[in-house]
Amino acid sequence: MSQGTSFWEMDELRLITGAMVILALATGILVVVPYLLLRPVKAPAGLKPYTDIQLAGRQSYIANGCVYCHSQQPRDIQQAPDAKRGWGRASVAGDYVYDTPHLLGTMRTGPDLLNIGARQPSADWHLGHLYQPRAYTPGSIMPSYPYLFEVRQGVAQAGEKALTLPPGLTKPGEVVIAKPEALALVAYLLALDRTYPALPPRSASAVASEDAP
Amino acid sequence: MDFTVSMLLGTFLLSVAALFAFIWSMSKGLFGEGSDAAAEIFAAHELGTVEDPAATAAQKGGLQKSIAKGAGPDERMDAADIDFRTRADQSTSLVVGVCLTLAVVWLVLASLAGLISSIKLHEPDWWVQYEWLTFGRIRPIHLNLVGYGWCSLAGIGVAIWLIPRLLQTELVGAKYALVGGALWSIGVFAGAVAIATGHSDGLEWLEFPWQIDMLLVAAGALVGFPLWLTLLRRKVKHLYVSVWYIAAGLLWFPILFLIANWPGLHFGIEQATMNWWFGHNVLGLWFTPLGLAAAYYFIPKLLGTPIHSYNLSLLGFWSLAFFYSQVGGHHLIGGPVPSWLITISIVQSMMMVIPVFAVAVNHHRTVIGNFRALIYSPTLRFIVLGSMLYTAASVQGSLEALRAVNTITHFTHYTVAHAHLGLYGFFSMVMFGSIYFIMPRVMNWEWPYPKLISLHFWLVLGGFAVYFIGLSFGGWYQGLAMLDEKIPFMESVKLTLPYLEARSIGGGLMTLGHLVFAAHFFAMGWKFGPKRLGAALLGESLFPRRVVKGAAA
Repeated sequence: MSQGTSFWEMDELRLITGAMVILALATGILVVVPYLLLRPVKAPAGLKPYTDIQLAGRQSYIANGCVYCHSQQPRDIQQAPDAKRGWGRASVAGDYVYDTPHLLGTMRTGPDLLNIGARQPSADWHLGHLYQPRAYTPGSIMPSYPYLFEVRQGVAQAGEKALTLPPGLTKPGEVVIAKPEALALVAYLLALDRTYPALPPRSASAVASEDAP
Repeated sequence: MDFTVSMLLGTFLLSVAALFAFIWSMSKGLFGEGSDAAAEIFAAHELGTVEDPAATAAQKGGLQKSIAKGAGPDERMDAADIDFRTRADQSTSLVVGVCLTLAVVWLVLASLAGLISSIKLHEPDWWVQYEWLTFGRIRPIHLNLVGYGWCSLAGIGVAIWLIPRLLQTELVGAKYALVGGALWSIGVFAGAVAIATGHSDGLEWLEFPWQIDMLLVAAGALVGFPLWLTLLRRKVKHLYVSVWYIAAGLLWFPILFLIANWPGLHFGIEQATMNWWFGHNVLGLWFTPLGLAAAYYFIPKLLGTPIHSYNLSLLGFWSLAFFYSQVGGHHLIGGPVPSWLITISIVQSMMMVIPVFAVAVNHHRTVIGNFRALIYSPTLRFIVLGSMLYTAASVQGSLEALRAVNTITHFTHYTVAHAHLGLYGFFSMVMFGSIYFIMPRVMNWEWPYPKLISLHFWLVLGGFAVYFIGLSFGGWYQGLAMLDEKIPFMESVKLTLPYLEARSIGGGLMTLGHLVFAAHFFAMGWKFGPKRLGAALLGESLFPRRVVKGAAA
């Protein structure tokens, strides 16, 4: 092959062609096929679309990078005791139909949150916990979020949400008001509830066809 | 089920077919002509002569003596070849100088962001009043400044500098890369501001808003321009393996980044598979090729010895491209994604042993017998360490993809330690070494304080050892605790605290090392320090005229 100018003699062509074919193959397997398979997935009957305030809260969840410490993907009980920790059943693709961008997460510096709304349905708890996590969970290493709240002397005005905090977190006469962003974030957290069944009840014909040899 | 089986079977048959195609092409001699191509990076009579512009005169003497097959007294490069190499290096000096300077600035900022993130994990009430400094923002700022600021710009700078030397052709179209590098840096800055102000896209590795991403795509395409233009006029017969890696990397990145950030295209779980298709490809098809290209050039060049096996290096290239591009699914083991996808990714993760083995054999066999050279060459010390840690990081990565191991390590700090072994232990170390080699040629000036190079090396090596060992153990114990249902979750948090503190200490030492490096870099930029050799190439000052010109300017 040392002489001639065949196609294979052209290193650059070989390089570009090979590199592109390989990239196309990987993209096909990891992006295009999942795209085609997952496109028709419908929301399970128990899953509701997010409301406007919940979506605003989801934006806040993204902006403040909650995803860097909290996953939203309980694993199967065969693999890990996630369900026994109260994190819920293993999630399925349909659970995320309304979740763009996805927030599956890669860390569990804190617990999984896919069902936090079912596990801890108290808005007061969430607001206080965002203000000072260590007042609710001793030893927690979650950051406190003072910038989501306003601390001032006096009482809450009409339409404002004042926090009910454990004693010792505020000075006498002080009130902690949740900013709209904090209220939205908590609305989103409370909406995280995928405790409905993952699959609809199977029809008799489906059971029959699966059991057939 | 049928789909799963046919998908796995299809991939298997495709892999077997690819293997046969590969064996056939090897038998036809399609993969380079062996030692000719390996020697392409040397001029006539240059084999056996060491080159390390970062070494002092004494170190150069020691380095030359330490080489097993030293050059004879009459084996010197021809004057014409020396003159040509000078012009080749000069043709890149401006664009490379700019890219590397920006990279060093990003390195310092990225290190500070990383250190702040690390401290915040064990001091959760520290600096919480500022939104932009909250952990969930400063941590992705750290990642993006490291990945797109420091690593990418350093990789681009080193790649562009290598092109004229690899193609023995002066760089054509440097201005495109200059504009590209500047745009790239503007994009990184804008992206960091977007994250700080809460405008992240929310996907790891893809936090920048899509408008900024398009800027990076354009910048990425622009920095590739000079390579294609120079390739058209290349004077070498064979493309050295580094060219393969650089060209493929410069092609792959803009495409990957464009598909990953296309607005409105991705949704739900599909977006998660795309996220990790990209997340692992940015490592495997962008950073790794640039890092390996540098290691493949500098190790043999420094030692004056061709790489062990040129054919093996091409096997490594193609198998890396094929297997690495499909491993992304292993980030979603146990997740709500199709099981065939995860299985394919696990298999390809294990297959990564082949390219890693090819690279390891090549690099380590070239260095074996020349270990004394590490004493004398500051550049080689960084690069050989980096290439050893490449092997370590890759083998560790393959093992982590196994379900049994992944079940423990996924979601823990162990993965963070592993990520640093790859991008820091391997890539950044190789870049440090490369920059020490390159900058004297760019600036026509020596490193003013050689002891600072050693200080940098030992600070980052010591710091990184503390960082990696501490966090790996912490993450492993964290994973075991999370899998034991009898242990409350909070215990898995509390037990990591000493390890997180150790990580801050290690990270602090690394940051200190980077400050030393940056100070030295800028001291050189302003031509501080005693004038000794000038920008010596082969053990003596070969460019007295240019040095004087540089010093006077």
